[in-house]
Amino acid sequence: MVKSLIMRPVAATLLALVLAVGAMAGLTFPPLSGRVVDAAHVINAPTIAKLNGQLQALEAKSSIQLVVATVPSLQGEDIATFANEMFRAWKLGQKSTNNGVLLLVAPKEHQVRIEVGYGLEGTLTDVLSNIIITHAMVPRFKSGDLSGGISGGVDDIIAVLSGDKSSWVARQPVRSDNRSSPVNLLVLGFMLLLFMFMNWRARASGGRRASMGGSFAGGMIGGMLGGMESGGFNSGGFSSGGFGGFSGGGGSSGGGGASGGW
Amino acid sequence: MKTLLLRLRLALVLVLTGLVLAGCGYNTIPTAQENAKAQWAQVQNQYQRRADLIPNLVATVQGYAKQEKDVLTAVVEARAKATSVHIDASQLTDPAKLKAFTDAQNQLSGALGHLMAISENYPDLKSNQNFLALQSQLEGTENRISVARRDYIRAVRDYNLSLRTFPGVIWASTFFRSYQPMAEFTADAGAATPPKVKF
Repeated sequence: MVKSLIMRPVAATLLALVLAVGAMAGLTFPPLSGRVVDAAHVINAPTIAKLNGQLQALEAKSSIQLVVATVPSLQGEDIATFANEMFRAWKLGQKSTNNGVLLLVAPKEHQVRIEVGYGLEGTLTDVLSNIIITHAMVPRFKSGDLSGGISGGVDDIIAVLSGDKSSWVARQPVRSDNRSSPVNLLVLGFMLLLFMFMNWRARASGGRRASMGGSFAGGMIGGMLGGMESGGFNSGGFSSGGFGGFSGGGGSSGGGGASGGW
Repeated sequence: MKTLLLRLRLALVLVLTGLVLAGCGYNTIPTAQENAKAQWAQVQNQYQRRADLIPNLVATVQGYAKQEKDVLTAVVEARAKATSVHIDASQLTDPAKLKAFTDAQNQLSGALGHLMAISENYPDLKSNQNFLALQSQLEGTENRISVARRDYIRAVRDYNLSLRTFPGVIWASTFFRSYQPMAEFTADAGAATPPKVKF
């Protein structure tokens, strides 16, 4: 009996480890080395330079992270799933606004996808993404001009994203995941003050009720600290704009955008 | 003075208890459960979004392909059935309920796939701008559904693991007895893959 009680959690833990490893060993993505990740080596050098300039300018003025990627293989996955997992692995877009876009081209599979972050689904809609793919990209891809197709696609995406400048500056983010607001700290500070005040009252009066209050406040603070530990008090860092390096800002995507083939 | 020290010590004990409990994964189970419920809401949202697109789609196809009455009726009926099956978050522990929901949605997927297939036979319909827009919206929604399903499956796996593994198993067998494992999607993923639409 005792043995089985001990063994069961152990077996379950082992099973959990195996499952976790299984989930990890899915897809492998090239590192996010810049705004243009040409892992399939299909874009020519002048186009890469031009794209880098365009994408950097876009992020500088709107904080939108648009990344162009080509991959040598989709590893047996369909492009929609692959692009979504890659988008999430790279965390494109700012954490609070999820304003990232991934333009993924898989030359071997003849597939292309525009994956749109949560925050831009209302601007770069599925329909617009589809029109960009079928009109600006696929015809050039068909004639073998991958650089030209990608360049045309990026031009159109940027045109859509900056089409109405006043609106995307003023618009509220569609979905805000920023939980590390300064309000949290304010509340914590307030609780601490309350705690100290209660203790001071307790010392002054020696009354029983005040003592209860002080302990209660202490418990609340303990609870908050515990919540923070698991809830995430990490800052949604604004990604590096022009300091040379480039990394995702912490955004996510729920599968918006469109795919196409040629 | 003595009572003050006692009081301070009591407060300290409470704070420490909070920290220790959090450190031992006391919060893990409720957090994982809330996360799984939120992901389920997302799954239902996306299915609802698909259902909302269908009346418009049916109306557009009807304008060009009246003679395909059977296919159109099948879509309308499947939609009615699918929207009538609802699962709220507390019923997620019941695999039969989840299966009923998935079956209804899969039937709608099948009917929609059929509708998209026959639309190939109508060149006027295929070049209609409204239809093209609806088609890409439908594709986008099917993709969002599969992303939401994947997220839900992951969240449920995390939650179920937190119930069955150390240290969660201790809390699950003491304080959290009412927390039951949630059901995963039983149907194979292939049944819910979007109907392939070729241009």
